[in-house]
Amino acid sequence: MAIYSKEEARKIMEKALSFSKSDACEVNLDGSESGNIRYARNSVSTAGHRSNQTLVVQANFGKKVGTATIDEFDDASLEKVVRRAEELAKLSPENPEFMDPMEPQEYLESKTFIEATANVKPEDRTQVAADSIEPAIAKDVTAAGFLNDSNNFSAMMNSKGLFAYNRSTNAEFTITMRTNDGTGSGWATRDANDFEKLNAKEASLIAIDKAVMSKEAKAIEPGKYTVILEPAASVQLLGNMFRSFNARTADEGRSFMSKEGGGTKLGEKIVDERVNLWTDPQHSEVPSSTWSGNGLPRKKMDFLKGGVVKNLFYSRFWAKEKGVDPVPFPSNGIMDGGDTSLEDMIKSTKRGILVTRLWYIRNVDPQTLLYTGLTRDGTFFIEDGKIKHPVKNFRFNESPIIMLNNLETLGKQVRIDGNLIPYMKIRDFTFTSLSDAV
Amino acid sequence: MKRRDFVQMAGLGAGAMMLPSVPIFGNNISAGQLLIPGMDVAIKKQMADVALNTARSLGATYADARIGRYLNQYVFTREDKVQNVTNTESFGIGIRVIANGTWGFASTNSVTPDGIKLATEQALAIAKANSKIQKEPVQLAPVVGHGEITWKTPIVKDFKEVPVSEKVDLLLSANAAAMENGANFVNSALFMINEQKYFASTDGSYIDQDIHRIWPTIRVTAIDKSKGNFKTRQGLGAPMGLGYEYMDAKAIDKVEGPGGVKLYRNSYDMVEDAIDSAKQAKEKLTAKSVDPGKYDLVLEPNHLGLTIHESVGHPLELDRVLGYEANYAGTSFATIDKWKTKKFEYGSDVVNLVADKTQVGSLGAVGYDDEGVKCKEWDLVRNGVLVNYQAIRDQVHMLDQNESHGCCYSQSWNDVQFQRMANVSLEPGKEKYSVHDMIKDVEKGIYIAGRGSYSIDQQRYNFQFGGTIFYEIKNGEIVGMLEDVAYQSNTKEFWNSCAKICDKDDYRFMGTFFDGKGQPSQVSAVSHGSSTTRFNGVNVINTGRNI
Repeated sequence: MAIYSKEEARKIMEKALSFSKSDACEVNLDGSESGNIRYARNSVSTAGHRSNQTLVVQANFGKKVGTATIDEFDDASLEKVVRRAEELAKLSPENPEFMDPMEPQEYLESKTFIEATANVKPEDRTQVAADSIEPAIAKDVTAAGFLNDSNNFSAMMNSKGLFAYNRSTNAEFTITMRTNDGTGSGWATRDANDFEKLNAKEASLIAIDKAVMSKEAKAIEPGKYTVILEPAASVQLLGNMFRSFNARTADEGRSFMSKEGGGTKLGEKIVDERVNLWTDPQHSEVPSSTWSGNGLPRKKMDFLKGGVVKNLFYSRFWAKEKGVDPVPFPSNGIMDGGDTSLEDMIKSTKRGILVTRLWYIRNVDPQTLLYTGLTRDGTFFIEDGKIKHPVKNFRFNESPIIMLNNLETLGKQVRIDGNLIPYMKIRDFTFTSLSDAV
Repeated sequence: MKRRDFVQMAGLGAGAMMLPSVPIFGNNISAGQLLIPGMDVAIKKQMADVALNTARSLGATYADARIGRYLNQYVFTREDKVQNVTNTESFGIGIRVIANGTWGFASTNSVTPDGIKLATEQALAIAKANSKIQKEPVQLAPVVGHGEITWKTPIVKDFKEVPVSEKVDLLLSANAAAMENGANFVNSALFMINEQKYFASTDGSYIDQDIHRIWPTIRVTAIDKSKGNFKTRQGLGAPMGLGYEYMDAKAIDKVEGPGGVKLYRNSYDMVEDAIDSAKQAKEKLTAKSVDPGKYDLVLEPNHLGLTIHESVGHPLELDRVLGYEANYAGTSFATIDKWKTKKFEYGSDVVNLVADKTQVGSLGAVGYDDEGVKCKEWDLVRNGVLVNYQAIRDQVHMLDQNESHGCCYSQSWNDVQFQRMANVSLEPGKEKYSVHDMIKDVEKGIYIAGRGSYSIDQQRYNFQFGGTIFYEIKNGEIVGMLEDVAYQSNTKEFWNSCAKICDKDDYRFMGTFFDGKGQPSQVSAVSHGSSTTRFNGVNVINTGRNI
């Protein structure tokens, strides 16, 4: 069994630390049980179960650091892994950026564990596949999908007395439906801490509808269009932007956050004033761990408020260099939405494109956060407030910074990949070429 | 923005773009422990036989066992600092069976008779359970048992025997050289991998293989703080299926490209490339922004390899063509009906694309694949026409073929093997023709070296590629550096615009070390060989923006 309770984890880690002879020692103990099912061509292709548990020991002598790992936790194994970390530390060159383990911290209560997800059985996964495949066959489409559910724990302890523990569950589902004539494709995704709220069946039906609706798409000229981005279409661009809120690279002058003449854009308005982007590990819809892997407490924090940059991430080392408090990398991203429904967004659009998702997104220029990628699995032309017809997919070249300056309307938020992202209407989104891909 | 991405990238932010996303397998060990020999081959045979005999006794019609020991050493530095040195070892066995016409797989790190029996029973149970909803029973192409054999990557220097201090010194020397030549920041790394794989099957094969790969990376950043601008230039070395001798900087393997660009064949001069990286990163800060339009592109092998990978390697994987990857990487425009016509013009008639798992120095070179098939070379596109795909034992019958292509691979003992890309390469031109001859023949063009941004659609029609460095060609001469260059095309249109290919003297590999595929995702390493090649009238866009 790979899942240890708080007390079981504490006992193993205390035992490991009892063997330590280095200046300081820190241990992380993680485990997970996960199951998956994959299907394609309306048939199950693979199914699997994974179980793993790992103890990571970090020992340091001054700024010489060694790390060793082990997956057996009897006393002899624990002593062996601590000795190995110490040997590796002695052999290592000094790491001038090494930070001593932290003093004990206070952590907020975590809401990431749901019993039902921990109890998912192989038959439950088979049912998810059947709920895709049966309606697909009935509508002359072909299903390909993947479900993964996991039951996890993470714990850490150090020789200064810090202790942290978290249990979590998660379920992720993606489904692609393709019409059997090869001219239509639809897709949907769901994720939840609670398997019972995953609603994979509904997602499969939506993907079927999108596949059928997107049959025989027409080509229209690429160019600048008003777009309605479903949350799955914008989440990756926003995530890429969010990951670039790094104080060190901004200070070093090699980030879109770096300012002309030196310094950072902290405190500057960089996007539309309606854009609020924040993190909250205790948010009831997207709960996440209340501490980061190195023991820093995570809490609710603004990164963009009224379009103004409010915070950047600071590693412990960089925070010390700059004389500020460290800011851990957030475990979720939440962007405020608005009241407008998708239907109303479409109604108010004279000429535009509804985008299900963007795919194969790659950075083109880190200076401007320019990204390229393509629409996929459901792209529709809107005219005079109505969806007129499916359109062939486009390649885009766009920066999330430009996109968020061209914000027209915010819609309701949806959970996606552990984040909360609204529907958005954006003007002048740049499509640079057409793709024949379905 | 998946949570695990957040975790993986934590603390790196934009800096993360300087480091590839690196999968770390196994347990940390010391560099000295890398040299300890693994399980004796006679014991491996006994253990594998436990799996095969257990599988047979439980009703399997086929079984294979892979006992794997995977040794990795990674060294990371920035400027004058060592960021991390990691040595890892992973050891275990993966057992794959067919029962009731259905695959089952299980793995364990307990390489003992009891552990192996248990895992084999699990594999059988999975096969039998899944067979209830099986619609297409597995059909395996025949394979002759090879008996007891061995294969080794022909290396000169085993990375495990080279002291870590020597590797650290090399990286820090390269970093110092870059800083002395105007770099503001530099990140460098060495990735070294040794796969010790033992394969046994009920077909009567017992194959012991020792496989080596190496990848040096360097990325230099130059900054103009007054304007808030920065540019990066990454190294022009390639990941290779070679030993540490790749780092020997042999003069014979250096190639002088247009514009004074220095390129490398089977040996890499990292310090020299670091100096050029710094100088060119600075030059990029003031380079001319490209005028968008149609250009003749002259693509250097270290650049063209990625375009081959995305627009030829992936679309010609049979599992994608058939729809098995529809929910993740996508399907393919190169459908079976197009192939069956025997007339589908993938490219112009000078285009010959071959799959090859045997090329010395390539990342994909092995003696036998992960289902015991002897590796070989085969044609994918001949004289511009699509002639074949990449397929494994349970797929080739769908092409009415009866011999696997030998491109089955798993990233570890812990994951099930499946169809992966072979080395896919463009054959050099037959006439004597150098890159300098090629530049002379171009009126309005761009010479592109090194890999950059890349993106392609889910059926592999529309793509966009950047590069590392760009030089404008006017009336047969290089006239200066360009920036903000990306080209967009369509696979068929692009390969049909292929006008001329340099000869074999210019042939080199590029490679990708961590190519991802499948759900759950697995990585593999693959090389792409080519000579510098000209494509006429390709659409170039300007990627410069103001924010």
